[in-house]
Amino acid sequence: MTKRRVVVTGLGTVNPLGLDVETTWQALCQGKSGIGPITHFDASSYSTQIVGLVKDFDVTSVMSAKEARKLDLFLQYALVAADQALKDAALPEDTDFDRVGVAAGSGIGGLNTIEQNYQQLEKSGPRRVSPFLVPAAVINMAAGNIAIRHGLRGPNFAITTACTTGTHNIGYAARTIAYGDADVMLAGGAEGSSSPLGIAGFAAARAMSTRNDEPEKASRPWDKDRDGFVLSDGAAMLVLESLEHAQARGAKIYGEVVGLGMSDDAHHVTSPPEDGSGARKAMENALRDAGVAPEQVGYINAHGTSTQVGDIAETQAIKTLFGDHAYKLAVSSTKSMTGHLLGAAGAIEAMITVLALQNGKIPPTINLDNPDEGCDLDYVPHTARDADIEYAISNSFGFGGTNGSLLFKRFDG
Amino acid sequence: MSNIEERVKKIVCEQLGVKEEEVKPASSFVDDLGADSLDTVELVMALEEEFETEIPDEDAEKLTTVQEAIDYIVANL
Repeated sequence: MTKRRVVVTGLGTVNPLGLDVETTWQALCQGKSGIGPITHFDASSYSTQIVGLVKDFDVTSVMSAKEARKLDLFLQYALVAADQALKDAALPEDTDFDRVGVAAGSGIGGLNTIEQNYQQLEKSGPRRVSPFLVPAAVINMAAGNIAIRHGLRGPNFAITTACTTGTHNIGYAARTIAYGDADVMLAGGAEGSSSPLGIAGFAAARAMSTRNDEPEKASRPWDKDRDGFVLSDGAAMLVLESLEHAQARGAKIYGEVVGLGMSDDAHHVTSPPEDGSGARKAMENALRDAGVAPEQVGYINAHGTSTQVGDIAETQAIKTLFGDHAYKLAVSSTKSMTGHLLGAAGAIEAMITVLALQNGKIPPTINLDNPDEGCDLDYVPHTARDADIEYAISNSFGFGGTNGSLLFKRFDG
Repeated sequence: MSNIEERVKKIVCEQLGVKEEEVKPASSFVDDLGADSLDTVELVMALEEEFETEIPDEDAEKLTTVQEAIDYIVANL
């Protein structure tokens, strides 16, 4: 069986930097931060009081208030991003929608809904728990609701692998097309975990930055003074399509998905091994999947969450895999600006990687004032850079030690 | 009585996202007002909350129209 080629033909996102792709891309190229103080609940007793919220989000622009009420925030973000991506892709009406599917996950799912209903349960008993609790909280309901809304009757699944969720969903959506099970897949991730319980949980794990007095400087991958990641909400969705299908309808093509690599650290639930061996294997497997040599890669959109151990491990992984070429390629962490969208991180970063290839421009790592010891790669500090890149990798590493790398190629026609 | 009727209609409008003029006494929640099975469960919950009463499931199943809901509340308050 020959693998079919897969291209990206539509993009959509809502995130702390903007409510659409163009605004987000401009903000990224200008080195803007989307992080701010927690304003949606009283966080005065929390060690972390900063977050990346989706601002000025008005779900009623695309659905009735009645519909929205039944959907957790992560589902609302997913649906809005999916609407944008599908509109962008402009699939014709005579598309065979039996062969259009969805692969969309979330790291945590409907945490806000779970919390609110648990409060109801404690306060008023089981008869006050909403019948919409389960359909609003379950992770695959992003994929389910998108399918229902747009009549997409092809394969429908939701891979859930913590912070690697978006990457795995895009990778497996591409394989679903390459294998021939679908012609078009909407793929990505959505997250709305900035609830009191979500913030408290990650704070308890000592995973998050507590730079509360300087929110915009809190996410600072590879910097000496980094102190953890910043949690963000949002979603990103990509329309993937077989090259043949896209060309037959004259679709606009952003880039090509050429490789997926996966591995697990088999080490610890929240920390990678210092040598980043699992991360290296994921990237290596993506290159092998595509038959691409390490020297052909010009840019890595790093997982780069701004945690002590993770940033070092990823740097180490890149050095081990790429050797001398590690110092020639560009590496940046756009989480320095977006914060960490957990299950949507891999999706928004895949989107950014494709835009970097297409536009010949690499968004920077902001806040990288003093690189930490051993962090001596070209992290594109502070300002975006023009670059002629043919291949780029997007990395995601999640709790449970799960690693995923996507390899994209510029589309030259 | 008219007060109860207004309060029931208001809740129906809120829960089912319909306009007041659409809500007639004979309106069926499912057939006329677009409710699905989960909507009707939530509607009954909202009525219980508003009127501080408990509507047993076997009674709730019988409340299919606006008038039936009003009658039930009037009879059981």
